[in-house]
Order: sequence, then structure tokens, then C-alpha cells
Amino acid sequence: MATATTQTPKREAFGSRNVFILSAIGSAVGLGNIWRFPYVAYEGGGGAFLIPYLCALLTAGIPLLFFDYAIGHRFRGSAPLAFRRMHRRAEPLGWWQVLICVVIAVYYAVIIAWAAMYTWFSAQLTWGPGNENDFFFVDFLRSADVAEVGISTEFVPQVGLPLVAVWLIVIVIMALGVKRGIGRANMILMPLLTVMFAILVVQSLFLPGAMDGLNAFFTPNWEALGNPAVWASAYGHIFFSLSVAFGIMVTYSSYLKRKTDLTGSGLVVAFANSGFEILAGIGVFAALGFMAQAQGTEVAGVASSGIGLAFIAFPTIVSQATGGSIIGVLFFGALVFAGVTSLISILEVIVAALQDKLGWARIRTTLTVSIPLAIVSMALFSTTTALSVLDTADAFVNAFGIMAVALVAVIVVAWLLHKLPALVEHLDRRSSFRVGRVWMLLVGALAPLVLGYLLVTELISKISEPYGGYPGWFLAVFGWGMVIALVALALLLSALPWSGRSHAKDDPEYDEFLAEEHYEPDAETSSIPMVPTTEPRSTEKGASA
Amino acid sequence: MTITAVVMMIIAMVTIWGGLVAAIVNLARHPEVADSEPAPPVEL
Repeated sequence: MATATTQTPKREAFGSRNVFILSAIGSAVGLGNIWRFPYVAYEGGGGAFLIPYLCALLTAGIPLLFFDYAIGHRFRGSAPLAFRRMHRRAEPLGWWQVLICVVIAVYYAVIIAWAAMYTWFSAQLTWGPGNENDFFFVDFLRSADVAEVGISTEFVPQVGLPLVAVWLIVIVIMALGVKRGIGRANMILMPLLTVMFAILVVQSLFLPGAMDGLNAFFTPNWEALGNPAVWASAYGHIFFSLSVAFGIMVTYSSYLKRKTDLTGSGLVVAFANSGFEILAGIGVFAALGFMAQAQGTEVAGVASSGIGLAFIAFPTIVSQATGGSIIGVLFFGALVFAGVTSLISILEVIVAALQDKLGWARIRTTLTVSIPLAIVSMALFSTTTALSVLDTADAFVNAFGIMAVALVAVIVVAWLLHKLPALVEHLDRRSSFRVGRVWMLLVGALAPLVLGYLLVTELISKISEPYGGYPGWFLAVFGWGMVIALVALALLLSALPWSGRSHAKDDPEYDEFLAEEHYEPDAETSSIPMVPTTEPRSTEKGASA
Repeated sequence: MTITAVVMMIIAMVTIWGGLVAAIVNLARHPEVADSEPAPPVEL
């Protein structure tokens, strides 16, 4: 084991480019593709939404994806190390992203646990036809109002026990490492997810009323294109859907071999993610068309998104459709698989960051990271107030975590550090799809404008009235307090010294990479002689910084 | 389904799924370079 020696453990790597692509798709395709996109598209003009959606994909989604790939691959480190190598004072950006992943991981796991239980419930229609809404909130979650009970400590076993199982599974995957854990899990789960979802879509299309659903989904409302809010929602959706700007793609691309076609791979990931969304839109709206017909209403009356779509509308469809149990098992099974492949990518951001900072080996870091996260996750989300905490944390971390860090990161990298030309050079040096000046313009100018607009809109809406009608103390802690704490903690973590055994101090592989590519030494490597060597270096200079 | 809905559905499928196929074809034309890098380390 690497821990037994004084030598820095070598950086892990994906087995091949295809494993990386599949893992990146696994990360990008998550719950949002299945339960968010169909409704966002429907609301935003149906078929007409394709125009803002494609614009957002091509002008913001893909450029930001390349931005993350370029940073991770050029600086070859987890988010904090990659940003530190870019410039010492950029390190907090990396930790900010890591802490965002901490928040997301603790609540993401519980949604997977719910979906896992609903896979089982679907097989037996446990909720009882007609009782789907009450079953979810009252019988299953035992939801309590935070305004009345505060933060509950009442354990809900039917949520808590599957949540333990979810954590055990992801901990095992994480402990096995990048190649044997993350890579292999994605190699198995992604094809399975695709096949399951394809069967689900085909089955939904044969339900009576399915065509009415598709009609509602694809009929264009051209007037929506004149509404800036629709364009904003397209950019917002693409941004969250591709999992850009919170460290995942930086971390994953740092595990790629040195000579890899970055942009070519990124295009496959981006279009596969969108391809899955279109498939989900067809499947979900075909099923909603059936639901509307069965209830004798319009599709508009049953269309919904998020938790309401998954845990109330879909169980209703499962109850009413012939062969509903199969639809339910496929749908919730797909949610579980899509969720697990995303959760492991979120955890990898945290594990990789601590591995780099502390110079620890894989298993030790994995356990040090995941066990406390699992405990926090259990404490907050296996109780009766889980839904309120989840809803609030999700809304705030998305707006003032992910979106804020993305805005700060593009401004810092483009306008303060002037690193875009270096990133273009790196991307174009090895890629089949050249980016050039247009990319710099999109990332340096369009992205900050769009992200700034979205952030200000969010800020206004969340300040003007209390989010979700929750009490002030509750929003102060789990909303505003949490997002501010992320920034404070990121600054604190950046101030802590890097271990003498960490990659920042001693990384012969990185030095060799810089020499081979004829790159200038950067902030961290400037004291290291640029001679390619395979000899392990002395770590004495680690003590000085 | 109305004609416009069908047309929009086809356009959506052709652009997105077509984009995916084009991206995969482009990648397949640029196979991974079997370079002289050392093999990835054994984990654990």
C-alpha cells in the first residue's frame, strides 16, 4: 500500500477514454434530466423551447464544459489543487466547489434512497390506488412542518434504512478507486440505465393518451421566445444539467491520460446528456398524457416536475396503467442508477481534494470523507423534517453556490488571471474540435453576463419573499447561513498548509508533464528543477510552505 | 399529434441525437493515441 512508504502515491487514472466519457455522462445524466427537463421544456414553449435550449447548449453549456476539462487536464489535480496550480490565490475557488459538493452529496443520497424504496413499492402498489399523495407525505416521509416542530430528530426507519444502504454502496464504489470503482460502476450502470429507460419510453408510448402528451410537449408556443425568462431558464437548465462548475469535470478530466482528445470527448458527453433529456421528455410526457386521459383532464393539469412528478404523478400512473408495475420499477430503477452515478462523481470531488491536500491514500481518504457525510445525511434526512431541509438546501446551493462559484470562477480565470489563452492552447493542442477565439469570447464575456443575470434574478426572488414560506430562522440557517458558510470555510481550508506529502509539493508526474509539453513552471512548481525524472523527489521543501 | 408538433419532434430528434451521432463519429475518427505513458498505477 502506498501509505506504507514515504513516496507520494501516484495519481489514479481512468482505464480508457471511453470509460472517462461514460463516467462523465453518468455524472451529467442525473435526476434533473429525468424529472426537471421535461417540465422546463414544456413550460418554456414546448417545441419552441428547442431554440433557446440549443443556443444555451452551444454557447454556454459546451464552452463551460470545455473550461472545466481544460482546467482539470492542464493542471492535473482535484479542484483546489488545479486552481492553486493556476494561481496560489485561486485555491479558495476549488474548495468552494468541494464544499458545494459536500452539501449536495448529503441530500442527493436521500433522494436515491426514496427512489429505491419506490422501486420496491411500485412492484406491489404499496401506496394503494388513489392514495399516492398522502402515502408519500404522510405514510412514507411522515412529513412534519418545520414551523411547528423545528428540526426534528424523529427517525423514520423506512427512509433511514435504505439511506444507510445507499451510503454503504457508494462508499464501496469510492473505496475501490477511480478505475475499479467509479469506472466500473459507470460501465455497468450506464448501459443498464439506457436500456431500462428505452424500454420505459417504448412502453409509455403505447399507453392510451400518450400521443396527447407528446402533442402538448412538442407543440411550439413561439411567443415564449420573446420572454427573457424562458431564455434564462434554458441557460439555467443547461448549466445545471451538464454538472459544470462544481469541480466534477475538473476532477474527472484530471484522471485522463496526457494526450486525450478533450473537446471531442466533451461534445459526446454534452450531446449524450441532451439526448437523454429528449428521451426523458418523450417518456415523461407520454405517461402524463395517459394520466390526463385517465383523469379526464388536460395535460396542462397534470404536468409537474421534481419530487411531485416522481413521487406523486408517477405512482398515480403506475396505479392506473396496465403493466404499471413494470413502468414503476423501470422509472424508479432509472432514478436510482442515474442518481448513483451522479452521487459518486460528487463524492469524488471531495475525496480527490482531500487526497491531494493531505497526501493520503484512497481508502483512508474515502472513509474519512464518506462516514461523516453519511452521518450528517442520516441526521438531517432520515427524520420527519427531511423534505423542508432538502428543498431549502437544494434551492440555495444551486443559486448561491453553483451559480455563484461559476460566475466568480469565469471572471477570475478570464479577467484577473488572464488564463483563457493558456487553456485554449491546451485544448487545441490535443483535440479534434478546435476552440480558439470564439470560445474565449463565450466563456469570458457571454458566460459572466448570463450567469450574472441569473444570479441577480435569484437574489431578487429569494430576498423579496421567504423561500417556500419557511420560517426566518430556518432559512437563515439552511439557506443563507449555509451558502455564506461555504465561502468562509473555503477561505479557511485554503489557509491551511498542504501536507509535505501532497501532490502540490511533490509531483514528479506533473513535472514530467510540464517538461514534456514545454509548459512554464507554475506557482507550485517554480522551485522544482524542470528535469524529467522518474526518481522520487525529496519532500524536504514541503516544510517551507 | 398535430403536424407542427410532429415537425418539432423530428427537428429536436435530428438536431440532438444527430449531434450525438456526429460527435461519436468525430471521436471515432480520432482514436486514442497509444502513447508511451506508463500504465495507470495499481490502486489500493
